[in-house]
Formats: sequence, C-alpha cells, structure tokens
Amino acid sequence: MARVKVEFRNIALSYGRTQVLRDIDLIVEPGEFFALLGPSGSGKSTLLRVLAGFSRPQAGQVLVDGVDIGDTPPWERNVGMVFQNYALWPHLSVERNVAFGLEERRVPADEVKRRVAGALALVGLSEFAGRRPNQLSGGQQQRVALARTIVIEPRVLLLDEPLSNLDAKLRHHMRREILALQRKLGVTTIFVTHDQEEALTMSDRIAVMDQGVIQQVGTPTELYDRPVNRFVADFVGTINFVRGRIEHRAADHVRFHAGGFGAIELPVALVPDGEDECEISFRPHMVEIAAAGAPLLPGYQWLEGSIVSGEFSGEFVRYVVAVGEHEIIVDRPRATGASLFRPGDPVLTGIPFNQIRVLV
Amino acid sequence: MQPAASTATLLATPRILSGRFTLSQAALALAIGLLLVIFLVVPVLTVIYVAFTNSDGSLTFSHFQSFFQLTLMREAFYNSLYVGAMSVLLSSIFALPLAYFTARFQFRGALLIQTLGVLPLIMPPFVGAAAMQLLFGRSGSVNLLLLAWFDLTIPFMEGLNAVIFVEALHYFPFILLNLTVALNNIDSAMEESAQNLGASGLRLFRRIVFPLAMPGYMAGAALVFLKVFDDVATPLVLNVTDILAAQAYLRITSIGLDDPIGYVASVIMVAASLLALWGANRVLRGKEYATLQRGGSPLATRRLKPWQAVFAYGWIVLVLLLVLSPHFGILLLSFSKIWSYSVLPETFTLDNYATVFRESPYMLWNTALYCGIAAGLDVVIGTAIAYLMLRTKLPGRGLLDFIATGAVAIPGVVLGIGYLRTFRDLSVPFAGVPFTSFWLIIALAYTVRRLPYALRSCVASLQQIHVSMEEAAQNLGANNRRTIARIVVPLMAGGILAGFVTSFLTAAVELSSTIMLVSATSDAPVSYGIYLYMQSIAGRGPGAALGVIAVTLVGVGTYVSHRIVRARNVRFDALQALK
Repeated sequence: MARVKVEFRNIALSYGRTQVLRDIDLIVEPGEFFALLGPSGSGKSTLLRVLAGFSRPQAGQVLVDGVDIGDTPPWERNVGMVFQNYALWPHLSVERNVAFGLEERRVPADEVKRRVAGALALVGLSEFAGRRPNQLSGGQQQRVALARTIVIEPRVLLLDEPLSNLDAKLRHHMRREILALQRKLGVTTIFVTHDQEEALTMSDRIAVMDQGVIQQVGTPTELYDRPVNRFVADFVGTINFVRGRIEHRAADHVRFHAGGFGAIELPVALVPDGEDECEISFRPHMVEIAAAGAPLLPGYQWLEGSIVSGEFSGEFVRYVVAVGEHEIIVDRPRATGASLFRPGDPVLTGIPFNQIRVLV
Repeated sequence: MQPAASTATLLATPRILSGRFTLSQAALALAIGLLLVIFLVVPVLTVIYVAFTNSDGSLTFSHFQSFFQLTLMREAFYNSLYVGAMSVLLSSIFALPLAYFTARFQFRGALLIQTLGVLPLIMPPFVGAAAMQLLFGRSGSVNLLLLAWFDLTIPFMEGLNAVIFVEALHYFPFILLNLTVALNNIDSAMEESAQNLGASGLRLFRRIVFPLAMPGYMAGAALVFLKVFDDVATPLVLNVTDILAAQAYLRITSIGLDDPIGYVASVIMVAASLLALWGANRVLRGKEYATLQRGGSPLATRRLKPWQAVFAYGWIVLVLLLVLSPHFGILLLSFSKIWSYSVLPETFTLDNYATVFRESPYMLWNTALYCGIAAGLDVVIGTAIAYLMLRTKLPGRGLLDFIATGAVAIPGVVLGIGYLRTFRDLSVPFAGVPFTSFWLIIALAYTVRRLPYALRSCVASLQQIHVSMEEAAQNLGANNRRTIARIVVPLMAGGILAGFVTSFLTAAVELSSTIMLVSATSDAPVSYGIYLYMQSIAGRGPGAALGVIAVTLVGVGTYVSHRIVRARNVRFDALQALK
C-alpha cells in the first residue's frame, strides 16, 4: 500500500460555544502507527472525524499526501475508518459487508470476490464469510470491521477506539494482531484511544490531547520520560508531584525546597534558569522504601516519612507515604514472603536523583 | 483564499453531509411541505375560516351563536363530550384489571389478553354495530335470554349507551396496550426501594406503580377519546344522529356546502381533539416514561390466590365474550336469512355472500387501490421526513414533523368537509370531472389521515440505526444517495413495512372521511360499501358478509406483517444490543 503523509494545519472546530479543537498542528509521517491519546472530551475522536470528513473544521487545512482534502466529501477521501462500535451492517453477510467498498468503487465482480476472500483470510475469518455480523463474537466483529476497511486499500487507516468494546484478554490479543497487520500493510495509521497503556505499547509516536489542544507529541519513551507538562506527566503513567521552590543555586547543583519535605539537591542541568517556583516529579516505581535504621543506597535523597496505606495488587505493592505535608506514592515489586509495611510504620523514602524531573 | 478556491468551496459545501443539508434535501422538504399545506393545512384553515366569517369575508361569531341557539346542536355538543368521556371510562373499566393482572400476577392468560388487545382493532366499530343491536338490543339475544330467565332487561343499546358500549368495546385495547407496556417497563427496583422504605399494598400501588404507569394510561385514554370523537359511522349505523360528527356530516350533505353550522361543528370537533391531545401532553410533560434500566427486571409477579384467580379469569372470559360478540354477531348475521326477535337466526343461508360477490368485488379493488396509494405515499413521505429530521440540520424540519403528526387531531369528517369546500371549483385536467368527486381525493385523504402512523414507525426505526452505520458506508465510498439506498432503507425496512401495513389496514376500515368524499357508488371502497348495506334492514346480511370478508383480510394482513416484522427484529436485535 502507498505510504502517505497526513498533515493537520491550524485546525479549529467548535460546536456553538464549545471549542472542540484549537489550533491543531500535526504531522503524521508515512507508514507511521500514530496514536491520539487523551481523556474523553479531549477532541481526539473529533480530529479523526475531521480527517474522515464527518466533521468540518471552521478553520485550518487537512492534507493527505500533500493535497488539501477539506472540500472532498467523505466518500471520495479514501481514508478507511474502523468505528468504535464497528458499524457492521446487520442486513448484509460478512462477505457482503467486506465487499461494500469495492462495489462502490465499481471493481469487477471477480476481483471483488478475490479481494474479499484475501481480506477475510488476512484477518482469519474465511470460514465466516456467509454469516451475519450478529452471529459473530465481539473480537470477530472487530476483525470484520478491519477487513472491510483494509480491503479498499485506503491511503490512511483510522481506528477509533477499536479495542474499547472488547474484554481485557481479547484486547491484549487484538493489540498485537492489529499492529502486526499494520506493519504488514505499511499503511499510515492513526489510532484514537484513552488508554495510555494501549498507546504506549502500540504506537510509533503519540500525540497527547486535552481540551482540544495537543499537549505533546513524541515517541512513547519521550512522553514517559520527559513529559512537557503536568497533564502529560499525570496522564501517561502514574507520577508524584511535589511543589516547592529553588532556594539556592550553586555552580553544580541547586537546592529545591518544599514545605515539610526538606531540601533536595538536584544537578543543575535538570533545572531551568530563572523560575524559582517549580514542581518536581518522579515515578512511583523508582522510589525506594527502607525501614528506619536499614542501610541506605547512595544516589537517593532519603526522606523520613510514615506509611499511610498499602495496596497489594500482585506484581507490586502500592504504598502511600506521608513525607512532611506531602503524600508520596511508592510502588514496590512484590517478592514472595517479604513482609509488608503497616500503616503508621516509620520509613525512609528514597527518591533517586537521576529520575527527578522539574516542571515549571 | 483565492477566488477560484472559494468558488470550489461553495460548490463543494452542499456535498458534505455533517451539519448541513443539500439542495435536493431542501427540494424534497419543500415538496412534502407543499403537499401537507395543500391537503391538510389549507382545508382545515378553510373550515375554520368559513366558521368565523360572513359570506362577504368579514369576521363574525354569529355562526357560533346560531349554533348554540339550536337545541339539537347544543345537545349534539354535550352528547359528543359525554360519549367521549363515558367511552374512556368504560374502556378503562375493561382495560385496567387486565393490564394489572398481566403486570402483577403469574398466570397463563397473557396470550388471551394479547388476543383481546388485537381482535377489536381489526374490525372498526361501525361494522359490528348492527350485529350488536341484534345481540344486545332491547329485543336482542342477551335481553331475550335475561327476560326469559330473570325477567329483566339491561339497556345496553338504548340511545347513547349503544355508541358508548360499542366504542368502548372496540377501543379499550388502546388503553390496555399502552398501559401494559408502561407497567412492564417499570423497574422492579422502583417497587423494591419503595418496599424497602416501608410502603406496601395499595399504598405502594397508588404512590409508585400507578404514577409511573400514568403516562401509558393517559396516552391510551387520549387515543380512545380522539377515536370516539372522530367516529361518525357508528352512531349513524346505530341511528344516533344527535352528536357532533353526525351533525357535521348531515348538515353538509343535506343542507349544503354553504351552511355554516356544519363548519362550526367541525371547528368544535377540532378544538376538542386538540384539547384532548394537549391535556394528555400536559399530564405527560416532565414525566419521563418509566423505563427499565440496563440489566433491570420488570415488576415481580406473584402467584394468584384462588379467589384472585377466579376473579381474574372470570373478568378475562367476560371481556373476551364481549370483545368477540361483534365478530360473532356479524358472522351469524352474514349467514342469516332472517334474524329478529330471536336469540339466534332462524334460517341460515349463503345468499348474502353470493350477493356480495355479485355486487361488490369492485369495492375490494377500490380499497386495495386507495389504501395502496395512501400507504405507499405515507411510507415514502414518512421515511423522507424521518431522514430530514434525524439526519440533517435543514431549517423547518421540525415543522414538517409537527404538521404531519398534527393530522391525528383532525377528525375525518372535518378533513372531508375541508376538501369539499377548498377544492369545490377545481376540476381534474383532461377528465373534466370535479376534483371533489374524483376517486383520487379519497386516497389523498387516507394519505393525510394515516401519515402520523407511518411517520412514527419510520422515525422509530431510523432512531434505532446508529449514525455510524451510514458514516461507515460513506467512508467506504458511498455518497448520500447510495448510502440511503444501500444502508438506510434496508435497515429501516422493518419499520417501513410496519408503517405501510398499519397505514393500509387502518385506511381500509376508515369511514369518517370516506363518507364525506365518496360521490359515486362505483368509487366506494369496502368500508363505505358496508355502511351502505347497513343502512337498510335488508342490506344487513350482505353488509355483514362484506364485513366478514374485510375483517378476515385485515386480520390475515395484520398477522402476516406481524410475523415478518418480528422475524426481522429478532435478526437485528443481537446487534442492536451491542450499542
């Protein structure tokens, strides 16, 4: 399949007074598996519908392969969309569902037959060709929807929360399957999801959206390691925030201070110039806990605190530790037989210097 | 932006579906609007206009004054209200216990009650009215038996009682069906939480169950009132002429199109219908229909105690006997040679059927033609309005729906009078006959009168279709027209079919506008034929025979379409459930 580039330029869209999309600028590279990630109401689905031609922005341009498609009606855009509820037509068999797009394109009958068979084979549903959609399971319906879309060899593949209607186990399976299919076809794919884990595991790059604005675009590791703002840091993974101020700047380090938290010395490279009011953030699973009096690892800022609560969830134990007036979330891997801390236990909390990020 | 680009935008804009409308959609809306204006709005306004103006066009209330100065008209006015109200009351007495039994008790009468709900509807009241005289009249079968056994008679069929009795017997299913649906939709959690808070027994029923089911009851009651108010044929067959519909009909047909009294009666009928609808709406406003929550279960049903069982089954059997009596009566009548002053006919014969087959096969054909045209137009217009309403942002689409639905409030006699007056100077091109005596006008009246049924059915079925079904088709390359043809209409097929059948069958038994608009016997449909036969004692046999034939056809039609629609629904249900 052709690999094309998709560009959104200054897209703005509002319904009445509600601004759904604000000044969206985004480039999706040819062949990329690109995720739009955000909470519900963030505008991610609307952006997808703008590309498909179902929503019309008040301003801005959408370019596919360098051509503005703003005035092209949906049926001439050739951007295949898989709908959240699959939108399979109940009055047509699986085969006729998949053949629909080809028939609309006046493809000769024998070729329709061949390509439908090919698409159904690709998603492993050859023997279900004659069934009605409602005789299939959720996962199978999902695959029919995929086959129906890729059979027309769209220039871009759009997936609108395709996994949200599946149960957890099937969802993991379909993730791999969809990704394998995309790699095989090489089609530029835009994928809408509110599930950060889904976005992180599948995508080449991700745009995080909130309130109609793209907050950050980057690879999964970039977003996770270097979120540009509080929203991204919080939405992608779990994170601790501590608000405080820079009290002292030296040549090689600065001292960060937060009320009741004590002081932390940070490498100067981490801290932006100028602003003294700031927030530090760090991931719960990087934080160590030690019982009072235990030997302490170097490279950590150790702070005295006490356990507020502990939740055992199998792979790890999530503690909430009170440090001064702050509550810190700490995830510790669960080792068989290890004893748990109890609420009220005095502990030392170790925050690794090299995992701290400063957000202004 | 360059001029060329903006021209391109202008040209391309109407092709985009979302949030807009296309020129062809606007043209379609305009055509439908025009049709509704010509064949509904203008005729009704004409009637109102005539009632309020002098011959020179000046505004006046003198027609209303003279209307109420006539003793007969005053009586007709009160009688109509009385008959309407009493019919609702009697219908409620039939329906309430039946609805309550099905909702609250485990018992095997459900099928019987369903049958009770459908049977009367397939036969219009005027058809069975003559037979009801023979069964329940002063010297009818029942009273003859009562007189022989207990030395008493019951005046079922004396004067207005006859109309009330016959109407209630035919229209109580509207209350029964609506109320049963409403009761079945009440979540058991509603009742259980009330019990949990200490309510029980009648108090629970009065404070929780009844208010939640109220909208269903009101909808049914309003329908019964409208139907009874609208019915001109039943009173006429029963020889009751001192009610509004009959007076409107008689004044116009005997005194003439220029007599304002008929128009005043018409205006009062429209006002009363609107008032009934408005009243029902007012009661319903802000009260949501109780609906089952996802995963909820309907009210718990209890086992019947023995005395309750006796009462329940007794009531069902009694109502069933009453419901079946008109059917049974016309069946007997259709095979009888002479039937008077006897419990059952004395001589049986097939002559009546022979007469019907000799004299009136063309009536069946006329009915098929008129109702076919009407139902066909209705589903086309209904589908179009549903689509414009739910899938476009066309200005005025709500008004279209409002006007089309408004036809419900216009009694057939009034619409007929409106047509006669509005089109009285119009003649059919080439044929040279006046438009008002051209058969097509009957089909058009049916179209307008049955449009609300078809429209509701179409709207409901389009509402069931998730818009993504259409977007998926467009996404795969189908334009608006192709999407409608390949996706929307096939998915609506069940609802369209149901709408067609409902329109067709209810039009087939329509008489109130028919009676105004049939000008030559050769144009008469079956309903008018039955009425004509029933006018004379000698014609009752053949009239009953024609009634039996019509009712059989309507019944078979209802059953077949019900089966088809059900089969389709079952097929789609699983997928709809996913949404």
